[in-house]
Amino acid sequence: MSRHTLSVLVENKAGVLARVSALFSRRAFNIESLAVGPTENPDLSRMTIVVDAESAPLEQVTKQLNKLVEVIKIVELDGGAAVQRELLLVKVRAPLAERTTVLQTAELFRARVVDVNTDTVTLEATGTPDKLQALLAVLAPLGIKEMAQSGTVALGRGPRSMSGAGTLRPVDRSA
Amino acid sequence: MTTTPSESASREAAAALTGVETTARSIAESAARPASGITGAQSLVRSLEAVRVEVVFGIPGGAILPAYDPLFDSHVHHVLVRHEQGAGHAATGYAQATGRVGVCMATSGPGATNLVTPLADAYMDSVPIVAITGQVPSAAIGTDAFQEADIRGITMPITKHNFLVTDAAEIPQRIAEAFHLAATGRPGPVLVDIPKDVLQATTDFAWPPRLDLPGYKPTTRPHGKQVREAAALIAGARRPVLYVGGGVLKAGATAELAELAALTGAPVVTTLMARGAFPDSSPQHLGMPGMHGTVAAVTALQKADVLVALGARFDDRVTGKLSTFAPGALVVHADIDPAEIGKNRRADVPIVGDAKETIAELVGALRAEHEAGRRPDLAAWWAQLDDWRTRYPLGYDWPEDGSLSPQYVIERLGAIAGPDAVYTSGVGQHQMWAAQFIRYEKPGTWLNSGGAGTMGYAVPAAMGAKYGRPEATVWAIDGDGCFQMTNQELATCAIEGIPIKVAVINNGNLGMVRQWQTLFYEGRYSNTRLHARNADGTPKPVRIPDFVALAEALGCVGLRCETKDDVDAVIEKAMAIDDAPVVIDFVVGADAQVWPMVAAGASNDDILAARGLRPVFGDNQV
Repeated sequence: MSRHTLSVLVENKAGVLARVSALFSRRAFNIESLAVGPTENPDLSRMTIVVDAESAPLEQVTKQLNKLVEVIKIVELDGGAAVQRELLLVKVRAPLAERTTVLQTAELFRARVVDVNTDTVTLEATGTPDKLQALLAVLAPLGIKEMAQSGTVALGRGPRSMSGAGTLRPVDRSA
Repeated sequence: MTTTPSESASREAAAALTGVETTARSIAESAARPASGITGAQSLVRSLEAVRVEVVFGIPGGAILPAYDPLFDSHVHHVLVRHEQGAGHAATGYAQATGRVGVCMATSGPGATNLVTPLADAYMDSVPIVAITGQVPSAAIGTDAFQEADIRGITMPITKHNFLVTDAAEIPQRIAEAFHLAATGRPGPVLVDIPKDVLQATTDFAWPPRLDLPGYKPTTRPHGKQVREAAALIAGARRPVLYVGGGVLKAGATAELAELAALTGAPVVTTLMARGAFPDSSPQHLGMPGMHGTVAAVTALQKADVLVALGARFDDRVTGKLSTFAPGALVVHADIDPAEIGKNRRADVPIVGDAKETIAELVGALRAEHEAGRRPDLAAWWAQLDDWRTRYPLGYDWPEDGSLSPQYVIERLGAIAGPDAVYTSGVGQHQMWAAQFIRYEKPGTWLNSGGAGTMGYAVPAAMGAKYGRPEATVWAIDGDGCFQMTNQELATCAIEGIPIKVAVINNGNLGMVRQWQTLFYEGRYSNTRLHARNADGTPKPVRIPDFVALAEALGCVGLRCETKDDVDAVIEKAMAIDDAPVVIDFVVGADAQVWPMVAAGASNDDILAARGLRPVFGDNQV
């Protein structure tokens, strides 16, 4: 299996998320992560979908997504050609004796402390999935009370954009 | 009925020429007087009038009730069906027979969910229909209100698109978009769900509305380079086959196909969804491929060196075990839906485009190849094909118990009703026999449920087809199992004056399942016997139901035929009745089987021409 990041511009309408996720489940495609949010254009939302797929099923995924009437454009954002980030909030056990370790770890990973109390510290970290995995691996022995992690969001590098001048080439608009 | 035969015939001719006709252009060119201070329901009915809807099949109920009031005054005719499933299949039959968009209407909750089966059916067979459903009032949505169902959510995976209208001002635009989506690109069903308060709200109506579908841009023009590559491949092929699917009928491309076939001289096979796209009388036609296809058609695909798939989708019922399908063939795959290309079988030359434009351009490109002197000699290929079709023609044995042969009944029906009649069928043995033993010569004459395999399709689809083409004789060929699912629509036919004819191929069993039980389950007939029987399993001499009495109870003429000698006479008697629906109960043997057959999951190489008869293809590969 290989990971692919699809950036999907969709119409900002009720039910679009349901349509996309229903398509994935109906066609037996696996979603690794899914993030939805607004874009610079209020009529459009961007879905960043990370799928685990071989190349042939990936082509089917994009073709089937493209058939959805509310999907405007799909580009694949992978490797060095794109910036990919996830957001992590993690609540770590941090009694006074271990607090320094937690805070030093946070500093190493450029995580920010967003909440503190006598027993725990909550950290906010952003980065690539690999970096966040590494942070979690270091924090795990200290005791992770709970965590929340977003799906990947991504943008292509360079001056081009998905809409507007110098657009990124869509995936499989036609065969 | 609201149209004269001549109007209907000219509309049909137009549809045949252009394929499905409700396009953005026709919407933009249509006119309707603006109105202000009207209800959402009035706006809905005006919108249906503006897209030139002729007929709506439906049933009213609480949530859709506001729409039925202005419909009462409209020239849009409404056919009051007896079950919403009948409305959906009638819309499908109408669409398939006329090339126009079929329309059905239902109320919220169970009314809408009863449309689920026909919507799934139309989706699988790419039939352009629009379903309009009432929804509980906006404020009640999500509260489990009386007769509430999330029909938009339910139908998301079985419609091309669907809408929940939240503002009465949107109604004209949503209706125009629904018809445009249904009819263009790869056609399909579209559902428009409208809450009751939106139907009751005050609004303004203006036409034509702007279509706001920025993500919808179907590719209809094929890529010239791909077409030239395909032509080069065809020009160099020694064993080419034109594999024709339902897309050719949807695109109204039968004239172009005839030209391509003549130019290539290649054999043609027509799938279950494409019967009638190429005349059965043509010597180039090898018949239907697939699980119950002819030996020649199945084997031609297997041995081909170039497959030209036109509006076909390499369905499992055609390919058999995919990994062994047409192992030596390079594939040209032309389809309007890019997602079909490469979905099941890798395409060596993919072409995305409308079949009519694609085939026309292919003809041009192939002419250029021929002019350049590249034209293959197919004589050896034809010698091989003719050998297969001579040795393994379609046929059937007369039942040993002396009962009436179902294949004979269907063959005679086709011979007497002829190629101008429209035939619909249910799903099962009778469907396969109707696809095999009736000779189709024209598009729009064979309507069936191919992809979904929906039992109960025949009678309501025939009703819709007959409404759309009143001048045509419309025969529903049905099994007794299928017939008992939707025969209530015969009451609709009788009351509305839609004189369809129904041939019930009554073998007292769920015949296709029984055939599989005979072949694969050691004759253990678990729950496939429909007739009344004694404790020891022998049939009781009683007819439950008595289809003749049932037909008469539903306002139809009921006839029965149990012997070979009566078959022609009873069909001719039915043909002579034009003022009422007719049902013929053909009591046939239970043990007739559909052959040839490729068992489910088996390779097409393992086709059996008849039970236990494996064809010998010879090793003289051309």
